[in-house]
Amino acid sequence: MLSQIVSALGVVVVAVFACSAYFYFSNKILDLALPVKDGDIRAASRNLNRRALVRPWLFVGPALFLLIVYLVYPVVATFILSFYDRAGQQFVGVANYKWALGDREFRQSIFNNILWLAVVPAACTFFGLVIAVMTDRIWWGNIAKSIVFMPMAISFVGASVIWKFIYEYRGGNDVQIGLLNAIVQTFGGTPEVWISVPFWNNFFLMVILIWIQTGFAMVILSAALRGIPEETIEAAVIDGANGWQIFSRIMVPQVWGSIAVVWTTITILVLKVFDIVLTMTNGQWQSMVLANLMFNWLFRGGGDSGRSAVIAIIIMLAVTPIMVWNVRRANRELKGH
Amino acid sequence: MTAVGSYFKIGPTRLFVHAAVLLIVIVWLIPTLGIFVSALRDKDQIVVSGWWTSFVGSTQTVAVRLGTADQQQQEGAAYVIAGNVLEGQTGRSVKAFGNRVQQPAAFKAGETADLGDGETLQINSDGSYRYMKNAAFSPDERPRRIYASVSAPPEFTMQNYKTVLTGEGIGQSFINSLTVTIPATIIPILIAAFAAYALSWMEFPGRGLLIALVVGLIVVPLQMSLIPLLRLYNEIGTMLGQPSKTYPGIWMAHTAFGMPLAIYLLRAYIAGLPKEIIESARVDGASDFEIFVRIVLPLSFPALASFAIFQFLWVWNDLLVAMVFLGTDKDHLVLTGSLNALLGSRGGNWEILTASAFVTIIVPLLVFFGLQRYLVRGLLAGSVKGG
Repeated sequence: MLSQIVSALGVVVVAVFACSAYFYFSNKILDLALPVKDGDIRAASRNLNRRALVRPWLFVGPALFLLIVYLVYPVVATFILSFYDRAGQQFVGVANYKWALGDREFRQSIFNNILWLAVVPAACTFFGLVIAVMTDRIWWGNIAKSIVFMPMAISFVGASVIWKFIYEYRGGNDVQIGLLNAIVQTFGGTPEVWISVPFWNNFFLMVILIWIQTGFAMVILSAALRGIPEETIEAAVIDGANGWQIFSRIMVPQVWGSIAVVWTTITILVLKVFDIVLTMTNGQWQSMVLANLMFNWLFRGGGDSGRSAVIAIIIMLAVTPIMVWNVRRANRELKGH
Repeated sequence: MTAVGSYFKIGPTRLFVHAAVLLIVIVWLIPTLGIFVSALRDKDQIVVSGWWTSFVGSTQTVAVRLGTADQQQQEGAAYVIAGNVLEGQTGRSVKAFGNRVQQPAAFKAGETADLGDGETLQINSDGSYRYMKNAAFSPDERPRRIYASVSAPPEFTMQNYKTVLTGEGIGQSFINSLTVTIPATIIPILIAAFAAYALSWMEFPGRGLLIALVVGLIVVPLQMSLIPLLRLYNEIGTMLGQPSKTYPGIWMAHTAFGMPLAIYLLRAYIAGLPKEIIESARVDGASDFEIFVRIVLPLSFPALASFAIFQFLWVWNDLLVAMVFLGTDKDHLVLTGSLNALLGSRGGNWEILTASAFVTIIVPLLVFFGLQRYLVRGLLAGSVKGG
């Protein structure tokens, strides 16, 4: 154990040092290669210009390299692979896409994904907004916010264990140790194995993600709500607007931009959701989603890169509109600077 | 007082809001509380009673064997075996007892039970018993098994933690997780900060395009990268004669996957630093490297800290990247991976699952509560701007 700690510390130090060394020495070498001496003014100014040409690339180089190797190249490669057979050797045209359309499990995953996309971002945004409005008006609001925000720190796997315990079922006449079944039993209902009830189990899994992500929505929306000018609300109060009217006609439109940001961020997250389904059901009982289906095809029976590539492409297509919207928004922002 | 606050001050529903927020807080807290409480309970108690009952004590049925014939003493015509069923346990008391498993609580404590064959048994609530027979107990007889309902006060133990940290590979995984997380938090910050500085303060062709690329890549699903990168890693691994699943491999992967968001967040902050400082440093002859290290880096501390927390939580909590790029063998399994494996192999052993879950959660929670302020600031820098 101790030797492992020592060797782990060792590699950590080496890795961090190597990274710092790159930046330090690459800049040092550039300065040495293109010296700016006091003597020759023309050479100095030429070298200064050259430095200015090279140095930005020393700065963005590592980042650019990583972005291209780990994100840009894979997008292209996955697209190409989706037209090849399971080993990635034989060109098969659109056969993998045809398979996907006809596959029952694939259609089930699409259906479940749409269900997730319809419920989770909406629920998180709604709860986030409501909690933000309510906590902003009470003195212990910040404590309440911390508690709602806390699940953000918990891993999806950890959260799955937490909720699996809530959904735990005991057969026969055993005492229910799962909170949900205990409550159901107290009110005279019949305990169930919640996560294996087809269709409805999707919702029990969604609850986990909603529990995790509502805090995120709350923080963003709370900040946006604070940005609303006081005069607007005062004017509405004077005009005799009631609470609901102020909430729906003044507050919500004012924070519309932030609602969109929260909604899209959670939408992207939902498309990538993998851990929760893996640990709770592993896609059994009709709870499969695209990300898990893709993972399964990647490793199932030696792996089928063509079919899993198709599923990855479908996920990519689903986020493309968001990507375009994001880039446009950023461009608009840059011009405004 | 904020605008929203001042509006609600005159609202008539203040009490309702307090109650509603309290309800929300309870609902949000209870799931985690269940794990924390259960992890501290005795493993036999977890399975027979809900964790919410552990604060008030519990009643459980235990099987005990009475003393053997060699302990018997003659009292007049009768023979008596005396002893205590709660030997060595303090704070517990017997509520009822019985001699058949179907009726473990047939007799109240203190009652004298007729067991037939001229045998009687009396168990008091303090656990002391008198087992009597009107003839001598035969030494061939096996000691008699009886059942008792024992009420126990709330009791908690650290045993579960000892078990998982030493026996279930959680301790090893904890170190693996740290080995993955620390460099995968520091390296991307360094790389992203340099890039963010260049994208904010250095003029070069293609800058606008690069920024658009970064923003676009924020949403690329991780899943896209898996297949090509796995192939790439395998090829490089074979080429170098090394295993393809290594720590540097996963550091690079986490660094790259966190990169778009890191550059985006840090650029928003670094671009907002006062122009005068950087330009006057330039006039004084400082190179961009010096400006970055001496001026920008210290000034950007809040943004760096907030991203560091994000990246730390993200890497520590990741399962997918670790499963694909580090593998699932014992020497490399990270905490989330072990926990997932335990869910499969020890699905019913809640004492192991809850204690393991606590171990995986505790570090991010400490980071979270310690540095929450920075985390919120980072979230807001990236998301609300222009929103």
